[in-house]
Amino acid sequence: MNALPVPLGNYIILSGILFSLGVIGVLTARNAIVILMSIELMLNAANLLLVVFARVHGDLGGQVMVFFVLTVAAAEAAVGLAILVAVFRLKGSVDVDRLNILKG
Amino acid sequence: MLSLVWTIPLWPLLGFLLNGFFGRRWGKNTAGLIGCATVLISFLVSVGAFSALLSIPERRFITAPFDWITVGNFHVPFSFMLDPLSAVMILVVSGVGFLIHVYSVGYMGHDPDQPRYFSFLNLFVFFMLTLVLADNFLVMYIGWEGVGLCSYLLIGFWFRRPSAAAAGMKAFVVNRIGDLGFSLAIFLIFWNFGTVTFSEVFERAPGIAAASGGLLTAIGLLLFMGATGKSAQIPLYVWLPDAMEGPTPVSALIHAATMVTAGVYMVARCSVLFSLAPVTLLVVAIIGGATAIFAASMALVQNDIKKVLAYSTISQLGYMFLALGVGAFAAGIFHLMTHAFFKALLFLGAGSVIHAMSNEQDLRRMGGLKHAMPVTYWTFLIAALAIAGVPPLAGFVSKDEILWQSFSSPIGSWLLWLVATITALLTAFYMFRLVFLAFHGEKRYSGDVHPHESPASMARPLMVLGVLSVIGGWIGWPKILGGGSWFEHFLAPVFEHAEKILPAREAGHSLGLEYGLMAVSIAVGLIGIGWAYKWYVKSPEAPERIRVRFTGIYNLLLNKYWVDEIYDAVIVRPLIGASRFVYRRFDLEVVDGAANGIARLAQSLAAVGVSTSTGRFRLGAVTFAIGCVVALGWVVYMFMRVSG
Repeated sequence: MNALPVPLGNYIILSGILFSLGVIGVLTARNAIVILMSIELMLNAANLLLVVFARVHGDLGGQVMVFFVLTVAAAEAAVGLAILVAVFRLKGSVDVDRLNILKG
Repeated sequence: MLSLVWTIPLWPLLGFLLNGFFGRRWGKNTAGLIGCATVLISFLVSVGAFSALLSIPERRFITAPFDWITVGNFHVPFSFMLDPLSAVMILVVSGVGFLIHVYSVGYMGHDPDQPRYFSFLNLFVFFMLTLVLADNFLVMYIGWEGVGLCSYLLIGFWFRRPSAAAAGMKAFVVNRIGDLGFSLAIFLIFWNFGTVTFSEVFERAPGIAAASGGLLTAIGLLLFMGATGKSAQIPLYVWLPDAMEGPTPVSALIHAATMVTAGVYMVARCSVLFSLAPVTLLVVAIIGGATAIFAASMALVQNDIKKVLAYSTISQLGYMFLALGVGAFAAGIFHLMTHAFFKALLFLGAGSVIHAMSNEQDLRRMGGLKHAMPVTYWTFLIAALAIAGVPPLAGFVSKDEILWQSFSSPIGSWLLWLVATITALLTAFYMFRLVFLAFHGEKRYSGDVHPHESPASMARPLMVLGVLSVIGGWIGWPKILGGGSWFEHFLAPVFEHAEKILPAREAGHSLGLEYGLMAVSIAVGLIGIGWAYKWYVKSPEAPERIRVRFTGIYNLLLNKYWVDEIYDAVIVRPLIGASRFVYRRFDLEVVDGAANGIARLAQSLAAVGVSTSTGRFRLGAVTFAIGCVVALGWVVYMFMRVSG
C-alpha cells in the first residue's frame, strides 16, 4: 500500500459529491448542454476513484482504464454535441422538455 | 499440349462470361465472333491433346487443377482425365460444336437476342466438355446438371412463345427425374466405395461385387435411370420431341449430337460396373432395342420435319444403348460419333430448309426444293444415305457393327438383332420419306414463299459435316472388308477391364455368317429407300390409300401411342392435384397460419411495451436513476448479507 497525502475516505467522499452533483444536474437541467456537462462530471468522479485506488493498490490498470474512459468521453461528447446541433437546427432550441419525438 | 488439357472447357466459359456481361454492349457481330472463336480454340487444343495422347503408352492423362472438396476423409479434386474415350468425346463436342456455332451466325442473323443465344451455347459447350473430361462422378455431375440447365435455357430461348416455355420446363422436369437416379447412384457409390474417383471405384468394384452383387445391380440401374433421362430412352424420352421448340442449331448441337449422348457416354464410362452386374446390361440392351424400334415407328408418320428427326434421334440413341447392352462398348461410342456427324447435318439441313421457307416446318407444305437449294439437298441426301446405312458412308460402318455385335456377342441374341434390323428398315424408310417429301415432287407451298439457298456461313458447315458423314466411319472400317477396326483398338484400353469380366467372345462364328448379316443390313437399308421411293415418288397416292386402310394404326402412330396423354393422366394431373391440395390445406392453413399467429402474438405483446416509451426525456432520466439506485441497493444488501 502506497501512502496518500490525504486520507482515503476524503477522496471517496469528494468523488461521491461530484457524482451526486452530476446526477442532480442530469435530472434537473433543462438545457441539453448542461446535461452533457453533468454526464462528464459523473464520468470524472468515477475516474478520480480509479486513479486513487490504482495508487492505493500499486496497480497501473486503474490509470490505464482512465485513459479509456477519457477517450470514450471525448467521443461521446463529440457525438452528443453533433446531435444537439442537429436538434437545434430542427427545433430551434435544446430544451429537453420540448423533445418528445422518441414517443413510441 | 497435355498441360493445357484443363483449359479446354475454360475457353467456352470465357466466351459465356464475355457474351453474358458485355454482349449487348458489343453488338451481335462480336457476340457471334466470340462464340465461334472460343469453341474453335477449344477444338484446336483438343486436337493437340489428342495427338499428345497418342504418344503416351499408358493412354491416360490425369490433371487436377485444384482441390474442390476436402471434408474429413471425403476428398474430391476438380480433376480431368484424358483417355481415348474422353478424347473422342471432346473432339466431337468441340468440333461439331464449332461447326454449329458458325452455322448459328447465319441462322440467328435476324435475331436481336444473339448475345444471349451465344452465351448460352458457349455455356453448354463448357458444361459438356466438363462432363466428358471429368475424372470423378461429382465433377461429371456438375457437367450433367449444367447441360440440363443449358438445354432448358435454349429450348425456351424464344420464351415469349408459350409452347417453347412449356417444352423447356418439360425437358427440365423429365431430366430431373432421371437425375434423381444418377445422384442416388453417386450416393450409393460413395457410401460403399468411399470414393467417387473413377479409377478407384472401378478398381474396388470386383471386390464389392463379390461381397454383394445386388448393390452393384442397384447402382447400375440407378445410373441407367439417369441415362434414360438425359438420353431420351423409354420411359423418359417424352421431352425430346417437344425440345424441337428451340432454335434448330440448338436441336442439332444439344438434342442430336452431344448432350443426349451423355447417357451413352456415362454408361460406357462405367462399363466395369455394368459388366459386373449382368442384369443391368440386359436391361440396357432391352430398353435400347425397344426404344429404337418404338421411336422409329413414330417417326414414320410425323409431318413436322424436326419431329421426324427428333424421333430418329431417340431411335439411334436406342441403337447405341443396344450396343452397350451387348457389351460392344466401342461399337456404341463409334455410332455415337458417326451419329453426331450425320444427325447434326440432318438437323442443320432441316434448319436451312426452315430458314429458306420462312419458318415453315410442315413437310406437307414443302416439295421440290431440290433445285432451289442444291447445297442443302446434296448434303442432306448424304446424311440420309449415311443414316440409312448405305456403304461406304459413316452410318453403314457403325450401324453394321452394332447389328453384328447384337447377334454374335455372347450376351447378345438373334431377337435383339431382329429388332435392330427392322429398325434399320424403318429408319431408311422414314428418312427417305422426308427427303422425297421435302426436296422432290411438286411444289406444295404458296406462291409468296421463295425458297433460296442459305448464306455461306450456313452452307459451309453443311459441307464439312457432309464430308465427315462420308469418311467419318472409315477409321473403324471392319476387318472383313479389309479395314483395321482402328477405332476399336484405340478405345480398347478403356474397355479392357469390362471385356475381361464379360464372357469371352467365342471365335466360332464363320466369316460367311458375318458377310451374310452384312448383306442383310445393306439390303434392308436399300429396301427402305426403295419402299419410300415407291410410295412418295412413283405413286404419291399410295400413302393416302394405306392411311385409309390402316386408320387405327396410323392414328396410334400419329398420336405417338398417346404416351403423353397417358403420362398426363397418370402422373402429371394427380401430382398437380395433390400439390394443390397440400398447398391449400397445409401451406396456407397450417404453415402460414402458424407464422401469422406468431407475428400477431408479437404485435400484441409489443403494444403493451410501447406504452412505456413516452418520449419524455426527464421521465426517462428519473426512472433510470431510480432504477440504478434500486439495483445498487440490492447489490449492497446482498453483499452485506453474504459477508456478514
